[in-house]
Amino acid sequence: MNKWKIFTNGLLKENPTFVLLLGMCPTLGVTTSAINGLGMGLATTFVLILSNIVISTLKNVIPDTVRIPAFIVIIASFVTMVDLLMQAYIPDLHAQLGLFIPLIVVNCLVLGRAEAFASKNNVLNSTIDGLGMGLGFTCSLTLLGIVREFLGNISFFSHKLANIDGALVFVLAPGGFLALGLLLALINSIKNRETSR
Amino acid sequence: MEALVVIIISTVFVNNIVFSQFLGICPFLGVSNKISTSMGMGAAVIFVITIATLVTYLVFQYILVPFNLVFLQTICYILIIAALVQMLEIMLKKVSPSLYQALGIFLPLITTNCAVLGVSIMVIQQNYNLGGALLYAFFTAVGFALALVLFAGCREHLEMMDPPKNMKGMPIALITAGILALAFMGFAGLNLFKY
Repeated sequence: MNKWKIFTNGLLKENPTFVLLLGMCPTLGVTTSAINGLGMGLATTFVLILSNIVISTLKNVIPDTVRIPAFIVIIASFVTMVDLLMQAYIPDLHAQLGLFIPLIVVNCLVLGRAEAFASKNNVLNSTIDGLGMGLGFTCSLTLLGIVREFLGNISFFSHKLANIDGALVFVLAPGGFLALGLLLALINSIKNRETSR
Repeated sequence: MEALVVIIISTVFVNNIVFSQFLGICPFLGVSNKISTSMGMGAAVIFVITIATLVTYLVFQYILVPFNLVFLQTICYILIIAALVQMLEIMLKKVSPSLYQALGIFLPLITTNCAVLGVSIMVIQQNYNLGGALLYAFFTAVGFALALVLFAGCREHLEMMDPPKNMKGMPIALITAGILALAFMGFAGLNLFKY
């Protein structure tokens, strides 16, 4: 398979958030601002790339029957690393994301890619796949964060754009569901227009 | 007694795990097409969260803390939960086939339910004692089951509706969830700590 195709597959055609609807908890939970979305996305990308590399390297050593627990242990080790690194170097963001960092372990996206891609492909392709999927996840989280932050606070990456109050509901819990629903509807309408053309 | 009521209301309604803490969204969106399946999933989650919290709490206090291994918390917990779910499945099959029939297919799905791992980590972060931890875990899970069943009811009605073409499926379901979450926000206005 062509390397560029693998890369863009995660970014667009199988975008984890908007097409596959995987990893919904962090998607809705941390995207109250653009910077949180970006931070969470990059943390997940880090875990995704490294776990894909290790799993594709070890795929011939891990017995088929215990592969899922083995994958989970590999993923959990990288998540612990990210958790400790973020706590040491970016404590502010770590405090904001809180519980959602250890919960990267149960993000279905990471285990899903390990099972569906890394356990069947070579190291280079798996790295590219992890990078593509991770960036796709990061972009959609940042996009959702930008939309929610703009509607809720009228600001962009915490820079206030105008001195008016936004619809605070978009920063609160229900706004996550509403904003994601509206974005999905928008994407559907673009897709439907393209197919009808 | 009053304190108990406050804990129950605040974990089930005010801080509902799905609508205000965003945990367990995957099963919330995935297994909410029918009321009957959502009830099965809800019951299975209540069962697993309570037992998983008990085991992880004991392991944390009596193994991880005395041996200075707190940094292994995430790895340990996910392994315990995965093993526990498998064990429960095997045990249920032997001990109570009827319960296994009802909950069986949902059990394997629960390992990747972030509500289970989330609750067992939160219990440690908030320094509960064992009784408090179990109470908190049980009623958080009840809140999850309540949200799931309510949402399944809404979605059964949505099936018969005719939304705009672009909203069909997930978008309209997410907006329904948003409106449900708005309704749950109303509980935050309850002045529970007055008494």
